[in-house]
Amino acid sequence: MPSQNFDLTKHTRPKWLDRAIILLLSGFAAVAVLVTVGIVLSLIVESYEFFKRIPVREFLFGLKWSPQTAIRADQVGAEGAFGVIPLINGTLLISAIAMLVATPLGLTSAVYLSEYSSRRLRGWIKPALEILAGIPTVVYGFFAALTLAPFIRMTGGQFGLEIASESALAAGIAMGLMIVPLISSLSDDVINTVPQSLRDASYGLGATQSETIRRVILPAALPGIAGSLLLAMSRAIGETMIVLMAAGMAAKLSLNPLDAVTTITVQIVALLTGDQEFDSAKTLSAFALGLFLFMITLILNVFALGIVRKYQEQYD
Amino acid sequence: MIDLSNKAGFDLAARNRAEWRFRLYGILAIAVSLLFLLTMVGNITSTASGALKRTEIAIEVDLGADNLDPDDLRAAPWGGIVKQGLRDMFPGITKRKDKKLLYKLASPEASFELEKIVTENPGLVGGVHKIWVSASDDLDLFIRGKVDPDLPEQKRRVTDDEITWIKSLENSGNIRRVINWQFLTNGDSREPEVAGILGALVGSAWSLGVCFILSFPIGIGAALYLEEFAPKNRLSDLIEVNINNLAAVPSIVFGLLGLAMFLGVMGLPRSSPLVGGMVLALMTLPTMIIAARAALKAVPPSFKEGALALGATPVQAVFHHVFPVAMPGMLTGAIIGMAQALGETAPLLMIGMVAFIVDIPTSIVQPATALPVQIFLWADAPERAFSEKTAAAIIVLLFFLIAMNLIAILLRRKLETRF
Repeated sequence: MPSQNFDLTKHTRPKWLDRAIILLLSGFAAVAVLVTVGIVLSLIVESYEFFKRIPVREFLFGLKWSPQTAIRADQVGAEGAFGVIPLINGTLLISAIAMLVATPLGLTSAVYLSEYSSRRLRGWIKPALEILAGIPTVVYGFFAALTLAPFIRMTGGQFGLEIASESALAAGIAMGLMIVPLISSLSDDVINTVPQSLRDASYGLGATQSETIRRVILPAALPGIAGSLLLAMSRAIGETMIVLMAAGMAAKLSLNPLDAVTTITVQIVALLTGDQEFDSAKTLSAFALGLFLFMITLILNVFALGIVRKYQEQYD
Repeated sequence: MIDLSNKAGFDLAARNRAEWRFRLYGILAIAVSLLFLLTMVGNITSTASGALKRTEIAIEVDLGADNLDPDDLRAAPWGGIVKQGLRDMFPGITKRKDKKLLYKLASPEASFELEKIVTENPGLVGGVHKIWVSASDDLDLFIRGKVDPDLPEQKRRVTDDEITWIKSLENSGNIRRVINWQFLTNGDSREPEVAGILGALVGSAWSLGVCFILSFPIGIGAALYLEEFAPKNRLSDLIEVNINNLAAVPSIVFGLLGLAMFLGVMGLPRSSPLVGGMVLALMTLPTMIIAARAALKAVPPSFKEGALALGATPVQAVFHHVFPVAMPGMLTGAIIGMAQALGETAPLLMIGMVAFIVDIPTSIVQPATALPVQIFLWADAPERAFSEKTAAAIIVLLFFLIAMNLIAILLRRKLETRF
């Protein structure tokens, strides 16, 4: 028997090499965590500086928002007013309009796609709807400001309604259509995980398809759907470009969708673009707003992702 | 006993009508969403078509020795030469006010255009030549019938005198419409008739380059670690939750991070594609990691197990056998992430990429804008001609997004193997 001399010892890899590679890769994974730490740290540090000047209570419960930089130190109202309530009001008003538009559209299309449409039709419509999510928000902003808003204003004018040219309605509608695919594709996934046995049982009892959907499938999928709605809400709250271009700048307390309101994100941009001193309360307030925005969306996201995850386990 | 006389529950006709209505709602919802999409894209395309062509005006310029010194072209009074050319075409105009109005037929940039033409063709020096330069935006609007001549003179931007001059220029063949290639080759400008998107395109390209170089390796490395090497414990769970949440953080918050960290603490140059790319990289990182992990998950475990059984170390098994198979999926995810980054505006506003910049950036540390930011800036401009430019810039942006997504889809079709 001819012997082949394989010297296996020659091909051994040094152990440290593998360890070093894994260590390097874990370092990359740590970057993802560092980003979060970086966000939290930078927001908190700057916000702390802000809250040294303006008490937290005044920020959270103040009813007036008018940040100004003083021209003279002894000027009356030199520090301006930093009450976040009008901004929350505007943000929620526009997000609520967006959700009012997006929820029925997104949910009914999700139901239709998952329960009624043929596979082929679904293969065409789903990507087509997702184009809505792929279009940059600056495009929605342009369309909302230059076409949608004047259209709404004109239509309202014919019914004798006084509509602001930067009405919450225009921004809200554009934003609503942007988040339709977010709701429809998440809800679609959720509805698809509802076990077939539930449907069969319902049909067996003589229910029609729509009755099955309304009384069996939707209640079974409700937690997951709620999760998708919360994610959409968080997306709407954090959206910047649409509101920056189509909503107003003036902070006011109003629940009228025909009024011009402003949002947290619009104010952050307004405070930080153009000339700025890094140390004034005006500039720092943008970071306090950022921290506030980050916390709200974080809570919504953790909650929503938790629900969706738990729900998926339930039927696995 | 069941009460069978309760007809409501058994009225099949009514229940079937309800079924039919329910279906209709679904179709309507889809139709409304798609109709909105079509309206928006259609509306923007039709606005953009106005920017497809530009108007030029021919001016007889005297490049004789009285006007310029052939050895020092830069010092020549180009603005004066253009004005003189315009005056010579309308000798009847003598009043100062009228002359000023006359000069407004040509773009304020016309003198720079003339200088460029003569510098590139020195043979023109010494003679009288008919040179085509950009017309003003008002003349352009009038030629295209966008100014209503029936309005009272005060209410329109073109006066009666100007209309007579434009008409006479048109009749003598001194006005022409040409394809607006300048839109793709010029930088930004205060004058809509000469403003172009090259600067913004280059700025976007630099930013995306930086973004890709940072986020692709880091994203893949993180995905490899989390999917293949990380022990399954609370820490890796926490990292997972963290990445999912990071993907849903509003983009403007990343801009605040960039402002505080990269500009504030690290002192990197403001408005530069370097910082823009870094912020975009942080934003696309979660997308990259999630896509890369999905690609790694799709590789059958037998690949890795086979390699391990033959004596490969875990690192060898992953890098030699799993990684190459997952690569197309990772690249697809990366392209989709890049497409998202290309359309992102808000974080770039935070780090100051909103300045008015005429020059085309030649490195990643020079001030620049990006394509979506340019759209935002132009959308705000008061000149009417700018809204056409904005729409045209949107079309260019959408073109790049569609191209990137198509490449991703084709790549997936061509390279992906199913197991």
